[in-house]
Amino acid sequence: MGERRSASFYLLLAVFTLFVLFIYGPILTIVVLSFQGPTGGLVFPMRGVSLHWFAELFRPQSIGDIGGAFQRSLALGLITMVLTVLFSFLAGLAFRRRFRGATLLFYIAIASLIMPSIVVSLGIGAAFELLGMPRNWYGSALGAHLTWTLPFGLLIMFAVFNRFNPAYEEAARDQGASGWQTIRHVVLPIVAPSLLGVALFSFTLSYDEVARSSQATGFENTLPLELLAMQTNATTPVIYALGTLTTALSFIVIVTTITGVLWLRRRAARPRTR
Amino acid sequence: MRALAPYLQALPLALVFATFFLVPVSLVVVVSFFDYQTYQVLIPDFVFFNYVDVFTSNVTYRTYLNTLKFCLLTWAITLILGFTIAYFLAFEIRSVPLQIFCFLLCTIPFWTSNVIRMIAWIPFLGRNGLVNETLLAWGVIDAPIDWLLYSDFTVVLGYVHLYTLFMIVPIFNSMLRIDPALLEAARDQGASAFQVLTNVVIPLAKPGIAIGSIFVVAIVMGDFVTVNVLGGGQIASVGKTIATELSYLQFPPAAANAVVLLGVTILMILALIRIVDIRKEL
Repeated sequence: MGERRSASFYLLLAVFTLFVLFIYGPILTIVVLSFQGPTGGLVFPMRGVSLHWFAELFRPQSIGDIGGAFQRSLALGLITMVLTVLFSFLAGLAFRRRFRGATLLFYIAIASLIMPSIVVSLGIGAAFELLGMPRNWYGSALGAHLTWTLPFGLLIMFAVFNRFNPAYEEAARDQGASGWQTIRHVVLPIVAPSLLGVALFSFTLSYDEVARSSQATGFENTLPLELLAMQTNATTPVIYALGTLTTALSFIVIVTTITGVLWLRRRAARPRTR
Repeated sequence: MRALAPYLQALPLALVFATFFLVPVSLVVVVSFFDYQTYQVLIPDFVFFNYVDVFTSNVTYRTYLNTLKFCLLTWAITLILGFTIAYFLAFEIRSVPLQIFCFLLCTIPFWTSNVIRMIAWIPFLGRNGLVNETLLAWGVIDAPIDWLLYSDFTVVLGYVHLYTLFMIVPIFNSMLRIDPALLEAARDQGASAFQVLTNVVIPLAKPGIAIGSIFVVAIVMGDFVTVNVLGGGQIASVGKTIATELSYLQFPPAAANAVVLLGVTILMILALIRIVDIRKEL
């Protein structure tokens, strides 16, 4: 610190600052515009300041089934989160040892990650159609979301276990810990911050997912699909109010998780008093 | 029992991928040979006319050309921008907490709704949007610029806005592994800043560049959401064609289109994968 910086530093700093403005600017406009007065429109200038459009959002029958869509998205996000954390942790453990088909399974996960979403969605839609099964958020859409969140979870677990020192487990085993005790008291506490990271990834990815859900959700839409349908004929700032609310929820989830991760890390770094 | 453990641990993951990925994607291939009617959307058959339709239509070629154009533009812009940001984060910020803070600052929008982030451009770029109003007020233009919203420009802007992060993260990850002593050594031997960049940093950041590129290419090739929201009704992409066919429940032609899209995307990704072994990079 305190040493002289080159001209390129200031140039790069300028690029970085502009980039941050670029990624946050538009969303801030939406937040501001959602507080328009009752006569306000979709663009500036602001016509007064009010909570009118938020109230409109909660008035029954004013727009689509926002409340229901929100509940479905929240539930779906939470279910996806729990399954992703559990399945990727287990698979992460499996991949630490050799097993037949490990490489194949890994490449399938990568393929699932980079497969164009519309193809996955179309396939799931066609499968349910052929089987004569109804498509819904807790069946076909849940599966579609898992094909998107599990590869992320698995990759994070790989990154974690690649840096994991097996000496800790050996020490636990030498002290007579059972396999389960080793996982519960040694492995889990060490990887806990990363599992929180997986939870954050899987919840937010699921909560905001549209492309894979599009053909897999059936008649009862999730919130992002409802938003997508709304935006084509949106004429009032009510859509901004919805955008502000759902972004606020995302922010709360993100900040809580990041704080949790930092807290867990700090706690792990502190020497035990006993 | 101990030998069995990894199989049991990997089983849930494998089952999900088998049920919701392998079977459905294989079905797409199967269904692309099916027949269809208005009241029966899937008639098992082995016909080729879905593919004949795809390959004999001029619209197909124009759509692919348009999609490839989006892909190339987005790839070039996100690569240069993402590389620059990653370089700044990795080499110019020297305090680790500040580095983590700046990285998170870039990452947080990724965890919020993409649809909202697309819609957020509308009050900026519309006919009466912020940009046009400002330029009019300053007297830079006499009439509002029409191509700011619902145009090719807007679609690429949207992609860059949403997906530059997919470049930043893997490139940043690669750069963090470069030993700073290497850069110092190059400088001590008299390399200019540009030579350090092209001879040391870029070759060592190549895996990250490849991974980021795979992400961006795969997303843009199959996208229909961004094109729908920011392209308006006029702009075509392969993903949008498929989505439109599906909205009319025309599964077989949509499936044929999807198989062709998949083929093209896989070819592009294979070219990128030759550069890197993904698993070693984590």
